[in-house]
Amino acid sequence: VKADLRHLYQEIIIDHNRNPRNFRRLCGDCQQARGFNPLCGDEIDLYLKIEHDIIKDISFEGKGCAISTASASLLTEALRGKTITEAQQFFKDVHAMLTTGEMSDNLGKLAVLGGVVEFPARVKCASLAWHTFEAALQNTAVPACTEA
Amino acid sequence: MTYDVSKIRGDFPILTTLINEKPLVYLDNAATTQKPRVVIDAMTHYYEHDNANVHRGVHTLSEQATQAFEAARGKIQHYINAKDRREVVFMRGTTEAINCVAHSFLTPRLQPEEQIVLTGMEHHSNIVPWQIVAKRTVTNLRIIPVKDNGELDLDKLDALLTKKVKFLAITHVSNVLGTINPLREIIQLAHDKGILVLVDGSQAGPHVPIDVQALDCDFYTLSAHKMYGPTGIGALYAKYHLLDSMIPYQTGGEMVKQVDFEKTEYNDLPYRFEAGTPNIAGAIGFGAAIDYLNQVGLSQIATHEQALLKYATEQIQQIPGLRLIGTAPEKVGVLTFTLAGVHPHDIGTILNSVGVAVRAGHHCAMPLMKRFGVDATVRASLAMYSTREEIDSLVKALHQVHEVFV
Repeated sequence: VKADLRHLYQEIIIDHNRNPRNFRRLCGDCQQARGFNPLCGDEIDLYLKIEHDIIKDISFEGKGCAISTASASLLTEALRGKTITEAQQFFKDVHAMLTTGEMSDNLGKLAVLGGVVEFPARVKCASLAWHTFEAALQNTAVPACTEA
Repeated sequence: MTYDVSKIRGDFPILTTLINEKPLVYLDNAATTQKPRVVIDAMTHYYEHDNANVHRGVHTLSEQATQAFEAARGKIQHYINAKDRREVVFMRGTTEAINCVAHSFLTPRLQPEEQIVLTGMEHHSNIVPWQIVAKRTVTNLRIIPVKDNGELDLDKLDALLTKKVKFLAITHVSNVLGTINPLREIIQLAHDKGILVLVDGSQAGPHVPIDVQALDCDFYTLSAHKMYGPTGIGALYAKYHLLDSMIPYQTGGEMVKQVDFEKTEYNDLPYRFEAGTPNIAGAIGFGAAIDYLNQVGLSQIATHEQALLKYATEQIQQIPGLRLIGTAPEKVGVLTFTLAGVHPHDIGTILNSVGVAVRAGHHCAMPLMKRFGVDATVRASLAMYSTREEIDSLVKALHQVHEVFV
């Protein structure tokens, strides 16, 4: 197996794909949004509970490839307990990593998605959860779409 | 004469390409086929020597362009055995051809409560245009179901084709399952009940002999790019009296005889449905592709592809967790499958890393995906230049998928 492929499918990604964290529906009056990639049919529902600008709880459900599932799972781990401002900084850093390969020190564990930049066809898989998170912040009824 | 696949491969410049330092194994032929040198050359020759508008000027180049363009129409006519060259209309492809029939033939005719029948294995391009007709005319779509092995459930056909049904749209060959539908009996039954039939021939074009007179279909559509020809060109076949009864699809130049500000007299067939300057180079490339298909021989191609399909089916079924979708006895070289625990997109990426090009996704057939309870699949599709070694590369790469994911 080639090095760039190993870099894309690191153990952490395989693990999060197999056992996605926070993979459940949040009940009650949480904020939520649906993300959809019409090219491949990947779908995720993201749920947010925000109190005093802090993400108290976050979870997701859905179906997709290893990259999109692991990305969503890692997102929920990274953002729990963070302020909205901190979360938005993560969004910017992840976006830069996926599209330009620029690795911010702020990324932490999310840096395992650094291999995606070598696979342009897969960038949307990794960014789907993050676009859906943005939509959930707005609590928008319109699904977040990678083709928008 | 023996089938010399290496000689055929030599006719396709792209097949020597390396992908990720590995020889290209192109198994995405149901999406689009590669183009032989003769097709590329025919188009270049047109631009270098014959380029002019068609059916217009009296000058030499216009005559040469017109001659080449109309010769291509004749080649298509003979390829599908149409009775009259005026029954062959150049279109951008199957999608435009189906939209044309939906708009210009069916929409003005269909009465409220009348029905259109489709099959459960249609590509989105043979679903959405009919949905729009149905919405406009307040009619319903009825669907011929697909059996577990990927054949149509024809036991249900007679009951589905009620008095309300006016039109049937059906694919000749499924782009996902590979199934070759038994069109003759279906069309005959439809005609017995006064139902007209459109056949989507985009997947049949490069694999199956097409005889529109023997089929007795009312409409047939082709896309050149799936038949070793260029993109952006295809054809609509329609029986002359039906085509003649259709309202114009697009309007403008070429499709008219006389225009003044009070009224316009439309042109004769087939030009009435070819508004604007056509894709002349594309049509010429399409003609060259048909020449090439005839030269290699459709029956030789079919024999080669069927042997390869048999080999590939045996080989991939030995991969643990592989589920093959589409096992009809009559099918073309299409292998659609899922692997337990691995998403098709991840499979596609891993295969590409060793140069193997497949399609991963819903194949523009989401209702069919739903029918088989999957969100997406991997599809490997064969062409005249496919080899056993390429199947071996596919199988080896699929074993690598397990290495990455286990």
